[in-house]
Amino acid sequence: MTKFEHKDLLGMGPLSVQEITLILDTAESLKAISERDIKKVPTLRGKGIVNFFYEPSTRTRTSFDVAAKRLSADTLSLSASTSSMVKGETLLDTARNLQAMSPDLIVLRHPSSGAPHMLAKEVEAGIINAGDGINEHPTQALLDLYTIREKKGKIAGLKVAIIGDISHSRVARSNIIGLTKMGALVTVSGPPTMIPVGIETLGVQVVPDPSRAVQGKDVVMLLRIQLERQSKVLFPSVREYASFFGLSVEMLRRANEGAIVMHPGPLNRGVEIASEVADGPYSVILDQVANGVAVRMAVLYLLIGGARSDYVDQGR
Amino acid sequence: MITWIRGGDLIDPVSRKVEKLDLLIEKGKVSRILPRGSFRENGPRTRVIEASGKLVIPGLVDMHVHLREPGHEYKETIATGARAAAAGGYTAVACMPDTAPPNDCRSVTEFILEQAERAGSIRVYPIAAISKGQAGETLTEFGDLKEAGAVGLSDDGFPVDNSELMRRALEYASFYGLRVISHCEDRSLSGEGVMHEGVISTRIGLSGIPGAGEEIMVYREIALAGLTGRPVHIAHVSTAGSVELIRRAKEGGVRVTAETAPHYFTLDHQRVMGYDTLAKVNPPLRTPEDVEAIKAGLREGVLDAIATDHAPQSPLEKDLEFDRAAFGMIGLQTALPLTLQLVRDGVLGLAEAIGKLSWAGATILGVPGGRVMEGGNADLAVIDPDYEYRFEADQILSRSRNSPFIGQVFKGITELTMVGGKIVWKRK
Repeated sequence: MTKFEHKDLLGMGPLSVQEITLILDTAESLKAISERDIKKVPTLRGKGIVNFFYEPSTRTRTSFDVAAKRLSADTLSLSASTSSMVKGETLLDTARNLQAMSPDLIVLRHPSSGAPHMLAKEVEAGIINAGDGINEHPTQALLDLYTIREKKGKIAGLKVAIIGDISHSRVARSNIIGLTKMGALVTVSGPPTMIPVGIETLGVQVVPDPSRAVQGKDVVMLLRIQLERQSKVLFPSVREYASFFGLSVEMLRRANEGAIVMHPGPLNRGVEIASEVADGPYSVILDQVANGVAVRMAVLYLLIGGARSDYVDQGR
Repeated sequence: MITWIRGGDLIDPVSRKVEKLDLLIEKGKVSRILPRGSFRENGPRTRVIEASGKLVIPGLVDMHVHLREPGHEYKETIATGARAAAAGGYTAVACMPDTAPPNDCRSVTEFILEQAERAGSIRVYPIAAISKGQAGETLTEFGDLKEAGAVGLSDDGFPVDNSELMRRALEYASFYGLRVISHCEDRSLSGEGVMHEGVISTRIGLSGIPGAGEEIMVYREIALAGLTGRPVHIAHVSTAGSVELIRRAKEGGVRVTAETAPHYFTLDHQRVMGYDTLAKVNPPLRTPEDVEAIKAGLREGVLDAIATDHAPQSPLEKDLEFDRAAFGMIGLQTALPLTLQLVRDGVLGLAEAIGKLSWAGATILGVPGGRVMEGGNADLAVIDPDYEYRFEADQILSRSRNSPFIGQVFKGITELTMVGGKIVWKRK
């Protein structure tokens, strides 16, 4: 049986295929908890988890919070505005202060790539990267993998298109690493201003035209366009982006029969995704959110509950 | 009193000879250079410096350092920087003007020279700003600055974006015989970049600084040097493209000189993996192909000098998230062993390597030094090129310890450094 012996979850790179599979399998057995009347098990009772969000986030933060509470961990939430960062304290000092309160895990969302890596070297608590700059967002990739496996029954051999601002997307980077590792064939697509140099060295194919990129795909994953990047000369207007790169129902017809559409949220309806697509039958966007809780429960459990084996509810 | 340096091999970067010569030093000058064994007068008035098995080299001249004083004394002072330089075999350094206030007027230049005098160690040559406040708008008073003691001009760290201003700087500086040194960076292209733009930046999710941003400005300076017929010096060359541009410009007779720094021929962008802020430097560490091109540029003489771009930063600037951390690495105590590695790797001859660390910078700036000559200043160092050691943080004499080489095993160390006949560094 695969053991999970990581202190931190900083990115998809350090995870083996077996470990990713273990996380997904664990999530599968934990998912049932959220579907019950009493949505709580005592697995992480007495464990302390700090949700430390330097950047605004609703979905990810709530998802981690719910995941921790369903496992009975004590959670504490900090945001940039409530932390001493606004008083000029450095990340390392804040982290050392948190460490002094002996949390078991720190879930960090931070605008700087590599911030969780820096923290991980400095503090004893495990670190979960909940999104660092434009680098990685591993739990998003894990919940996407989970959703793909759930809907498609497998990951290996599937053809996946990722469309949008690949350069500045931590979701894309984590998914590229995770999907290729699990044997999926990944194509990235978007305006050339948003395709980073050397991305093919990560084992993906580059097809800038999205209508060609979705051709024959089993999974179409869209990225959120950050509208503020418009000012950084990456694209001239939302209108033009929507008409050339937004996923329409028509474009989606070129994908394989039964293809699913994914989006990490929040949606810019009418920009990267047409409303009919977001709300259509092939959309699994809300499943992603639901699965996010299960996958994060699995990650929390594997990182700090590993010594126990009582995550299976006694009442079952 | 006579100082007799005996038994060593004397390196002359100009003739590129390594010869068994003894030196006699009197009143701060080299009074005689004579064949080993021909001087025997070991009397009470003679101080002997035993150099057998060692190399006697001209004191190294670093044409590009940041000494942080005035204004950022918590990172480095002229005294601490001078001490680190002396320990690295340097007898002279030229310090960049990006202090606070910047060296853009006589009083700051004079202050730097006074502090150097007070430190009583190596020679410090101030480089003054090209533009007032290094703001890239109006020229500083080149004439007044030269009279005060400035030896060159640069807006290092805050490159001159305005091409006309650079053109006028080249023209006006030539009247005073001051060399203009350009930090080549198109800041609109480097943007918020924090490392070289390439496969590694893509892999680890950091914003990139494309090599083209350097090359565009290298070409601009070459074009302006061609237009004006005036010389220009390119600081810290880091890309293969820049080397190629400079090669072609030199072949075409343009008066361009160039330096690189040891980290550009030693480290590549893979060193940034793991987000180590000690590897954050501007220009950034480039690709392995660029590293090879820099070595070739040194070997073929396209790159004239090796300067350190010694840039002290305290933990306040470095113990931060990678994108928030400051650029820069110290280099005064590591340049010699890193350059000697090029000799062992067959990239440079020994005398040639020492010349790039000494004679080249002195000649470009037009300051004395870089060669041990009868009648010249006794500015020299005795080095042991084969001494092997692990470079540890506690050996760092700079006030800042931001070196990516800590923990590395080096070969080659400075035993003794002498400035004007006075010993300013002796290894314990």
